[in-house]
Amino acid sequence: MNQQQSVLYDNPGPRARRITLIGSVIAVIGIAAFLYFLVYRPLEENGQFEMEKWGPLVDPNNEVFPLVWARLRDGFIATLKAAGLAVVGSLVVGVALAVLRVQLKALRERRFVGLPAPAALGLRALSWLLNAITRFCVEVFRGLPVVITIFFVATALPDLGVDFGDRLWYLVLGLTIYNSVVIGEILRSGMEGLPGGQREAALACGLSSFQITRMILLPQALRIMLPALISQLVVVLKDTSLGFIIGYEEVLRVSAFLIGNLENPIQVYAVVGAIYIVLNYLLSKLAEYVQRRLAKGRKTKGLPPIDVMTPARAGADGSGAAA
Amino acid sequence: MRISRVATLAAVAALTLGVAACGGDDSDDAGTAPESKSFAAGTTMEKLNKAQKIIIGTKFDQPGFGLKGLDNKPAGFDVEIGKIIATELGIPESKIEYIETPSAVREEVLEQGKADIVVATYTINDKRKERIDFAGPYYVAGQHIMVKASDSSITGPDSFKAGGKKVCSVAGSTPAANIEKYLADKVAQLVVFDVYQKCVDALNGGQVDAVTTDNVILTGFIAKNEGKFKLAGQKFTDEPYGIGVKKGDTAFRDFINDTLEKIYADGRYAKAWTETAGKFDSAVPTGPSINRY
Amino acid sequence: MSVLVDNFDVFAGGLWVTFQLCVFAAIGALLIGTLVAVMRIAPVPPLRWIGTAYVTVFRNCPLTIVLFFAAFALPALGSNADFLRIPGLTSISSRLGNDLPYFRFAIIALSLYTGAFVCEAIRSGINAVSPGQAEAARAIGLTFTQNLRLVVLPQAWKSAIVPLGSVIIAMIKNSALAGFFGVVGDLSSSGTNLTSQGGEPIIPVFVGICIGFLLMTVPLGLLLDRVERRRAVGVR
Repeated sequence: MNQQQSVLYDNPGPRARRITLIGSVIAVIGIAAFLYFLVYRPLEENGQFEMEKWGPLVDPNNEVFPLVWARLRDGFIATLKAAGLAVVGSLVVGVALAVLRVQLKALRERRFVGLPAPAALGLRALSWLLNAITRFCVEVFRGLPVVITIFFVATALPDLGVDFGDRLWYLVLGLTIYNSVVIGEILRSGMEGLPGGQREAALACGLSSFQITRMILLPQALRIMLPALISQLVVVLKDTSLGFIIGYEEVLRVSAFLIGNLENPIQVYAVVGAIYIVLNYLLSKLAEYVQRRLAKGRKTKGLPPIDVMTPARAGADGSGAAA
Repeated sequence: MRISRVATLAAVAALTLGVAACGGDDSDDAGTAPESKSFAAGTTMEKLNKAQKIIIGTKFDQPGFGLKGLDNKPAGFDVEIGKIIATELGIPESKIEYIETPSAVREEVLEQGKADIVVATYTINDKRKERIDFAGPYYVAGQHIMVKASDSSITGPDSFKAGGKKVCSVAGSTPAANIEKYLADKVAQLVVFDVYQKCVDALNGGQVDAVTTDNVILTGFIAKNEGKFKLAGQKFTDEPYGIGVKKGDTAFRDFINDTLEKIYADGRYAKAWTETAGKFDSAVPTGPSINRY
Repeated sequence: MSVLVDNFDVFAGGLWVTFQLCVFAAIGALLIGTLVAVMRIAPVPPLRWIGTAYVTVFRNCPLTIVLFFAAFALPALGSNADFLRIPGLTSISSRLGNDLPYFRFAIIALSLYTGAFVCEAIRSGINAVSPGQAEAARAIGLTFTQNLRLVVLPQAWKSAIVPLGSVIIAMIKNSALAGFFGVVGDLSSSGTNLTSQGGEPIIPVFVGICIGFLLMTVPLGLLLDRVERRRAVGVR
């Protein structure tokens, strides 16, 4: 898996290999016994393996099989649609947010020399205020459960007279608010983590502050943070499942309807869960592949290795493993 | 006492079923080729009839009343009532649009005009009447308690007062609010889920001692899980289900009320019941008297 | 805003329940995560397989589904999670000993789900320990367990602390979902209950819930910022 692990123990000799083998056998037997006695048997006794419950999901000859899968397919399409829109939205807003925060930070450090004192003071106060506001918004939305954000976007906005009609947009908006803040922070810490020489060299070339951000910092930050960004996309895909709370007909909501008709909750959720796992697994494999490609390419020095395994750990970001 | 009530209901059922057979044909005709109807100018009826389109708000997850089926169309008693009203407006079944109206949004949906009528196990009460108007009632449900068949310790809501007995209902629903009054300790005795099926699973698994909600939902579960569950005691509330319309639209409300009285008489009401909720509770209810306030 | 004042006890009670849930789930997740991390680097292949399978499943499955299985598949397995009724602890947290098992189910679900992320955070910490450390430990004759216990894990913990903090903050936020799976009276469920049943206006209730969650997440986040900044200074 990695070199680290082989460092932890010596290459096994004949005795260690024997012990390992015995250990393996015992472990396998233990797992098998655990699964049989504590999982399979009770489920069997509860009738959870009856074809009546599994048939509609796994037996193509079952009369409702095509209907069930047509519904699930619609549900997954709805899930992917919401996830796709939320991803695009969060990327766009996230990049804008990161640029804004970096710009504001640069602005705050400016002394506005050459302007009359009151104007300079006013501008500094303004930039401080803007900084504080964006910081506040970021902290608030990063610290809130995304469920709560989605729920209240969906209930409060219509009260305020903002009506999207389709529930899809509430879900997308809720997800976008949360994830753009997270992505913004990932990119910001990526930009701030770049060696100071980059900015200084660009300044020396005569680029303006905005040009530096746009042409020098952002492209590098995007590249470095790509694995973390992709992991965040897995999070978005998983979070789409929260749409069931506001009645968006994504796959979990569809599952609830199926369960209402078929009365086999454990079976339906097992199938849906498995599909989710496969989808997200493929996505995270993609993340690993991208990371490997990047590692093979140019080496960036002076930066800590980015671990895809811990999504979005960049900066002191608190979002990581959101559901 | 109980037997005689059942017998009466059965008699009524038989009677109405007979009528339903005759009445059924009429409504089928009306469903396929709606006769052109004319309404007084300026009324909601005329507007809907002209547009040849109606939006009905209903539940999508309430077995027996409004549940989205495997064919992606909602089905149930509420849906049938909605269809009948559409038919009476001269709108064919294919032109009905259904939107989901969970309990929390029903008033909003009407106020904002997102639905023309809401038929969604909608209990008539004064607080709601401040925001919208109700036609009907078209059905009177009542809150009941379901327990395991072997359990004789719970005889009614008062059995929870001593504490210790646990009960399950659905979050944010009227039944959940009603039973709370009877609990000694809410935290230790009440659990809520998003759908009743989960409550039934919990009762089956022994995590709770009882499930409480409207009787027809419970009879549904009792019928499906033969011999496992039973009702405890008598129903202890009356929940008249009404049809929500926009506040102040008296003409439309009167029209729906007339329609309801008409279908009580011509058997379409009973037919709608036997085809849907009747699968859970075969006793066809008599149409409750309309409350024209 | 009077809603906040009038229902102060509701919000405070909700915060207390959510807080308890988070503390227990965090302990559970750290235990599970460490165990799985050790399994993933163990010399016995089946243990590694289990560890990998565990992380793959729980990292890629929405928490909603995990919570569902905790609340409905566990009873089907005949368990009410009574092993969590730890004597002594139940007197501090009455919820733990409650006859209604959903609080315990939520702890299990959150622990299992977060455990996978904790495992990855610790693994990233282990990766950050310089290989020379482990090699030196091996050279002086330490066994695998000694190596882990005395040399690698203590150092791994140190560099894993920031990612671990992020994971725990994420878990606190995730705990909001428990209210939708039978846990009565936590912050999110009591808040939504106020609007749906009590008919209270949405915005103030939203603000109340926000304050509750931010009271838990923001201090932790600031603490992490600090730890990270101090470490960054130390490295330089």
